[in-house]
Amino acid sequence: MIEIRLHGRGGQGAVKAAEILAKAAFYDGKIVQSFPFFGVERRGAPVQAFTRISDDPIRVHSYIYEPDVLIVLDPTLVGAEGIDIIEGIKDNGKIVINSTKDPSDFEFHNKNGVQVYTVDATAIALKFHLGSASAPIVNTAIVGAIAKVTGLVSIDAVKKAIIDTIPRYKEENAAAAEDTFNNVK
Amino acid sequence: MTTKYEALTGAEAAALAMKQINPDVVAVYPITPQTPIVMKFSEYVANGEVDTEMVRVESEHSAMSATVGAAGAGARAMTATAANGLALMWEIVYIAASTRLPIVMGLVNRALSGPINIHCDHSDSMGARDSGWIQIYSENAQEVYDNYFMALRIAEHKDVLLPVMVCQDGFITSHSVENVLPLEDAQVKKFIGKKNFKGLLTSEKPYTIGPLDLQDYYMEHKMQQHDAMKHVIPVIEKIQKEYAETFDRKYEIIEEYRTDDADMVIVGMSSVMGTVKDVIDMMREEGIKVGAVKPRLFRPFPAEKIKNVLSKFKAIIILDRSDSFGSFPPLYGEILASFFAAEKKPYIKSFIHGLGGRDTNVEMIKEVISELQKLRDTGESNFTIDYLGVR
Repeated sequence: MIEIRLHGRGGQGAVKAAEILAKAAFYDGKIVQSFPFFGVERRGAPVQAFTRISDDPIRVHSYIYEPDVLIVLDPTLVGAEGIDIIEGIKDNGKIVINSTKDPSDFEFHNKNGVQVYTVDATAIALKFHLGSASAPIVNTAIVGAIAKVTGLVSIDAVKKAIIDTIPRYKEENAAAAEDTFNNVK
Repeated sequence: MTTKYEALTGAEAAALAMKQINPDVVAVYPITPQTPIVMKFSEYVANGEVDTEMVRVESEHSAMSATVGAAGAGARAMTATAANGLALMWEIVYIAASTRLPIVMGLVNRALSGPINIHCDHSDSMGARDSGWIQIYSENAQEVYDNYFMALRIAEHKDVLLPVMVCQDGFITSHSVENVLPLEDAQVKKFIGKKNFKGLLTSEKPYTIGPLDLQDYYMEHKMQQHDAMKHVIPVIEKIQKEYAETFDRKYEIIEEYRTDDADMVIVGMSSVMGTVKDVIDMMREEGIKVGAVKPRLFRPFPAEKIKNVLSKFKAIIILDRSDSFGSFPPLYGEILASFFAAEKKPYIKSFIHGLGGRDTNVEMIKEVISELQKLRDTGESNFTIDYLGVR
């Protein structure tokens, strides 16, 4: 079983990203579970969401404490006060960060085999007019990067999951995922 | 089976079941604390995928009132709610049961606030345990889905005619996407059949529903409710058996997991039991003979069955996802009562867990199992009540 933890801020779509990821894995024939951690429901507050992907039935119903894969939708969450974003990451785990920086700019890159990957999902979201300049919705863009980096889901399944899950601008969202799929570092 | 798996949340699974039931009337309050069950079901209504008349009312109190009215008129009537929504329905929840209306209500278990909390625990439905409703608790989205069809049959059974709450854990199940294997529409239609309940408000044989009923007859009517509850367990067993034979999906009133050679068990309801099963598998690898027992039915409480199942073990720990301040937590209290007349009693201890959405995780369940071993070996913590995972 692969466990994925997503960190974002309210309004960026972390919960939907987890759901799209689960649905994509489901379309690829996997057994999935995805659920949100809603705290205070307000724009900008840190939020978490979780996805499990497995070949066997998933029975556990709890948060993910030791993720294989960590997704960060908002670069300001890295090093933010009160949140240890990489807490529990498994050795040789993968971290995908929405950032303009290089992976080597993050001190946890290459420690205990942890690999960091970055993609400017914000720029890509804006390129496809997803959200506004002050509040870009980066969830669909980041899922494309996850597909590329982890190989857990196919990009075709991701696009199908986006079309099925996102109510509006379906094609633009799917295109954003494809764009990050091709541009993650 | 020709259907394919779908990736659905518990709430979506409930809405899909409702769509396939195609009830005559669904009366709901469409704003918070309403759940995605109704959000999804209203899409089906808007798309013309059901024949249901959806009544959007101004409060939960009215939602249950309209559901009672519709069911009284002979309609197959359903509703859904959560937490404070159920609390606001309160008066009419009792009236639905005492008027013997076969309503099925989806309940997403969430905390009844103070301080404000919207997350999962069972304080809402446990408060309604004496309202006269049948209560079924679901571990995951698949169970939610299957429970709806069985609940409808149970509610409408001529020996029962009582409303049923199909409970699922708020967020943990209701907002969690899981693989669900639906049935075909035609299969559902055949299983649930035509409603054999004609309703009370018929012109052929006019009735009055819920009139003034004072010292002269009130107790006779209450006794009928009491008696109706006695019919429920045999009816559920029959319907679960039919469901298993028809669809190859086996459900028991009390599910046992790896209990054959166990000398101690964890007892609990709903989503936490999935986590418990995983931890039991881990402990089994270490040679620890622990099992799990999951009651799916809380009202009527299957006391005799639970006593028979649990008397096999040396020690049991009961997980309750709600408290009864100043008394015993609900499931623990029921189990204690079930054992009072028994000759052979296991050591028994209570843990209250997961209030207001507090995550009950693998480490906590390991702690429970370690307590269970101590209880089995020494009996020292017998009859104690503790909170799990508090600071």
